[in-house]
Amino acid sequence: MAKTKKVVQLMPTDIKEELLAKYPPKVARKRAKQIMINEATEAEAPPEILANVRTIPGIITMRGCTYAGCKGVIMGPTRDIVNITHGPIGCGFYSWLTRRNQTDPGPDGANYMPYCFSTDMQDQDIIFGGEKKLAAAIQEAYDLLHPKGICVFATCPVGLIGDDIHAVCKKMKEKFGDCNVFAFSCEGYKGVSQSAGHHIANNQVFTHLVGEQQEVPEGEFKINLLGEYNIGGDGFEIDRIFKKCGITNLSTFSGNSSYDQFARAHHADLNLVMCHRSINYVADMMETKYGIPWVKVNFIGSESTAKSLRKIGEYFGDKKLMDRIEKVIAEEMPAVEAAREEVLPRTKGKTAMLFVGGSRAHHYQYLFAEMGMSTLSAGYEFAHRDDYEGRQVLPGLTVDADSRNIEEIEVEADPERYNPRKTPDEVKALEIAGYKFKHYAGMATEMDKGTILIDDLNQYEAEKLVELLKPDVFCAGIKEKFSIQKTGVPMKQLHSYDSGGPYAGFKGAINFYHEIDRLVNSKVWSYMKAPWQESPELTGTFVWE
Amino acid sequence: MALLKHTPTEVMERKSLVINPAKTCQPIGAMYASFGIHGCLPHSHGSQGCCAYHRSTLTRHYKEPISASTSSFTEGASVFGGHANLLQAMNNIFSVYEPEVIAVHTTCLSETIGDDLNQIRDKAEKTGKLPEGKTFIGAPTPSYVGSHVTGFSNMVKAMAMLAEPSGKKNGKVNIIPGWVEPCDMGEIKRLAAMVGVDITLFPDTDGVLNAPLTGEYKMFPDGGVTVKELKRCGDAVGTLALGEWCSADAARWLDSKCKVPCTVLDMPFGLAATDRFIDVLRTVAGVSVPDAVAFERGQLVDMISDMHQYLYGKRVAIWGDPDQLISMCEFLVSLDMQPVYVVTGTPGKKFEKRIREICEGQPFEVKVKAKGDMFEMHQWIKNEPVDLLIGNTYGKYMARDEDIPLLRWGFPILDRQGHQYFPTVGYKGGLRLLEKILGLLLDRKDRDDPETQFELVL
Repeated sequence: MAKTKKVVQLMPTDIKEELLAKYPPKVARKRAKQIMINEATEAEAPPEILANVRTIPGIITMRGCTYAGCKGVIMGPTRDIVNITHGPIGCGFYSWLTRRNQTDPGPDGANYMPYCFSTDMQDQDIIFGGEKKLAAAIQEAYDLLHPKGICVFATCPVGLIGDDIHAVCKKMKEKFGDCNVFAFSCEGYKGVSQSAGHHIANNQVFTHLVGEQQEVPEGEFKINLLGEYNIGGDGFEIDRIFKKCGITNLSTFSGNSSYDQFARAHHADLNLVMCHRSINYVADMMETKYGIPWVKVNFIGSESTAKSLRKIGEYFGDKKLMDRIEKVIAEEMPAVEAAREEVLPRTKGKTAMLFVGGSRAHHYQYLFAEMGMSTLSAGYEFAHRDDYEGRQVLPGLTVDADSRNIEEIEVEADPERYNPRKTPDEVKALEIAGYKFKHYAGMATEMDKGTILIDDLNQYEAEKLVELLKPDVFCAGIKEKFSIQKTGVPMKQLHSYDSGGPYAGFKGAINFYHEIDRLVNSKVWSYMKAPWQESPELTGTFVWE
Repeated sequence: MALLKHTPTEVMERKSLVINPAKTCQPIGAMYASFGIHGCLPHSHGSQGCCAYHRSTLTRHYKEPISASTSSFTEGASVFGGHANLLQAMNNIFSVYEPEVIAVHTTCLSETIGDDLNQIRDKAEKTGKLPEGKTFIGAPTPSYVGSHVTGFSNMVKAMAMLAEPSGKKNGKVNIIPGWVEPCDMGEIKRLAAMVGVDITLFPDTDGVLNAPLTGEYKMFPDGGVTVKELKRCGDAVGTLALGEWCSADAARWLDSKCKVPCTVLDMPFGLAATDRFIDVLRTVAGVSVPDAVAFERGQLVDMISDMHQYLYGKRVAIWGDPDQLISMCEFLVSLDMQPVYVVTGTPGKKFEKRIREICEGQPFEVKVKAKGDMFEMHQWIKNEPVDLLIGNTYGKYMARDEDIPLLRWGFPILDRQGHQYFPTVGYKGGLRLLEKILGLLLDRKDRDDPETQFELVL
C-alpha cells in the first residue's frame, strides 16, 4: 500500500486546535501553553512555551520519575560503583540493564552494571524504618565486592517514612575508610519528571566524587564530555574521534565512566556539554569551583560533529590541534558523504517527528536534515524552557514548588584549586571572534517557521499528530513505539535506539542513515491489508452450504 | 572475560541485600491482569515513574502497545493524599480515552500514605467523576508485600468481586488462568471448547497483547473478559483456579461469597498437570472428554518416549514464579530430568514444600528457595553445574558466562519472540516445551560432540 500523503495542507493553528479539542477545559488551557507554533527566526526570539511543569493526572504521559532520572540515567552507566536501590524491589528491577549503556571495563576492571542491588524493603521496614536494613545491605555489598564506591538511591516510601539515608551512608563511609559511600534523595514523587533526578544526581556526583583525585592526569587538550551516556556505543565513537584528534577525554559523565574518571574531572581545561538538560548543572558548578569553562557541543550529525571538533580546536587555539582536527574531518567525511549519497534518493523529502529527552529531539534533527528529511514537529519529554528557547530565558524563570524541593547547592570558588583556564582577555578575544561560552540557543530557533513544538507530548496527542500529519518516521521511546507502529508508521526509539548504534560521530551518522533508510523504506508497511481486504468485491459467488 | 565476574563461588549469607532478584513488585502484575478485561484502562495510583516502568517492561516483553495512566503524584500529593489526583485523572481518562473500565492499582507510595481506593471510588461516584455505566475496579497492591505475582492475584480478586450473583446457576465454569501468556489463555479456551465446556476466562489477554498489525491502532482491542461476563461469574457452577499464588484468592472469594465451588489446581504445564486440569474440568462441567483431547495427549507422550534418551538425567536450574515452577518441575521430573536448583523471589514456605514433594524419591537432591535471588542460584551453579537453565531473559548473563543453554520461559522475556504466540500450557504446549528443550540440548550436543562421534541422526 502506497503511503497516503496528506491531501489537505493543514494550518498549524488548525492542528493545535485539533489536538486540544477533546480535552476538558482545564486540561486544554494548560496544554495550549505547552503547544507552541514556532515563529522563531534568526532575528526573532521564539514564543514562550510552558515546560517543566506537572504532568496532568490521567493523561498518558511519556515521562518517568526522579529516581529514573537519577539512578537510571545519570548513575546507570557507572560501572565500578555499586548502586543500591533502597526500597521495594520494583524500582531496582526495572532499572536493571534496560538502557543499553555500553561499557568497557577491560579484563581487570570492575563492572557491576549487570547486577541489580536492592534492599527489597518489606512491610516491616516501612513500619519500623529501613535504616538498619540499609546499613546491613551496604555492609554486605562491601564485604562481598569491596568496591571503590557505593551509592544509595531513595525510592518513594523512603522519603515518606523518613529514613536518613545520608546519615547511614556517612556512617558506613567512615567505618570502611576505603570506600566512598553516599546517597541520593531521588524519591520518585519529587519534581515533575526525570529532570529532577538529573539535577539531584549532578549535585551529589559533584559533591562526593569530582575533585577526589589530586594527581594530575597525563595528556594534552584535556576535556570532559558531559551528558553522553554511551547508549549503543555513542561514547565509544566519540572517544575514537577524540583520540584521533589528540584530544584527551578525562571523564565522560557518565557513559563508559569509572569512579576514577569522575574523581579527576576537575583537571580538565574545558567541559563539553552534550545533553544540556541532564548535565548543565555540573558544568556550571565546575566552572564556579574550578574555573573550567563550558561550551555546548553536539556529536549527533556529521556536520555537527565537525563543528563541535572545530569548537574544541578554537578554544585551545593550538595550530597543531586545529590542523589535526581538519585532517580527521577530511579523512572521515568521504565515507559519510558516500553513505549519504547512497540513501538520499530514498530519504529526501520525507518527514520526521521527534519527541524525546533532553536534547535528542533537537540533536537528531541535524541527522535527518543531512538525509534531506524535514522535522514537522518536535518536543521534549522532560526539558525546561531554556532547552526550547535558549539559555537567555534562564534569569526570568520562576522557581515553582516542584523545583524548590530539589536541593540547590551553594558552590564557591575553591580557595586552592580554582584556576580560570582562560584570562578575561583571552575569553573576550574568543567572544569577539564569535565564540560562545555557556551558550545554548535551544531547539526552537533552529526549527522551521510553522513547525509545532510540543512539551510533554502524550499518547493521545501523538496519535492525533500522526493521523493529521502522517510523518514518515516517528521518534520517541519504547512506551510509544507500538501504538505508533500499529498505525503503519515506523517508529525509532531515540532513548535507547531499540537496537543498533552508535549514531554519534562520523561512523554513527552512517549507521543512522542506513537505519532510517531501512525503517522508512521497509516493505513491511505495505503488508497491512490482505488482498481480499483491499478489493473485497467478488466476481463470482461460492456457495458452501 | 565474564559478564558476572564478581559472583564468587563461595556462598556468603546475605540477610539484607538482594542481588539479581527473581521477582519484581506487585503493581506490574496488577497492570498485566487489567489488560485481560475488555475496554479497560489500567491506572497506576502513585508517582508516574511506576507506571512508566511497568509500561516499559510489559512493552519490551510483548512488543505491543501498553497504554496505562497514572495519578502522577508530586510531593504535595504524597503529603496530603492522592484523592484529588485520582479524581482529576478519572475525569480526564473518561473524557479523553473513553474506556469502559478503569482498573486502579495502588503503589508503595499511595499505600504508605494510606490512600483508600474504596473511599475514592465512592467519592468519584458521588461527584460524577465516574460516569454512569462505567466500571471502577480497585486493587491494593503494596510493592513491599509479596511480589508481582501477588499484585496479579490482587487484581484478579478485584475482578471477581464484580460478581453479582442472581441466585440462578448459568451452567458456566469460571477458569482463572493465572499469569500466563496471551496465547496460553487462548489455548485454555481452545481446550475448554474441545472438552465442550462453556467457560468464563478471567483475565483474558488473548487478542489484547498479541494483536495484529493492521494499520489501525485500537487502544482497546477486541479481546478481554467483559464486565458483563464478570458480573455473571457468581452464577457459575464452579471455578477452576490455576495456580495457588496467582488465582486461588479470587476463586476462594467466589466460593465463600457467591457459593461457586472452587478447585485450586496447578497451572496446566506438562503432562500430569494438564491431565488434572482436563479431568477436573470435565467433572465440574459434567461432560465427557472427546477423543480429540486424548489424541493430543498421546502425541505428547509419543514425543517423550521418542526422545527420552536425550532428556534423562539432565540437570536443570530454574527460576521464576511459584505456580509456573511447580508445574514445570513436575513436568521435568516426569521426563526424568533433574530440576536441581529451583528459585523464586516470591515468598511462600508452601512453595519450598511443594517442590520438595515433587522431587521426593528422585535420584537427585533439590535445592529450593522461596525469597531467593538469581545471584545465589548462580553461585550454586558455579559449585556444581547444570545442563540447562530455564527462566527469564536475565538468565542470559549466567548462560553466557557458564556456557549453559537457556530456555527462555517466564517473565520478562526481552530478547526473543514467540512467547506471546505459541502456548506452553496444555498438551500442545507440552510439545512446544519439549521441542524447545530438545532443540537446546541437541544443538549443544551437535556443537560439543567430537568429530568422530558427530551424528546425522539423533
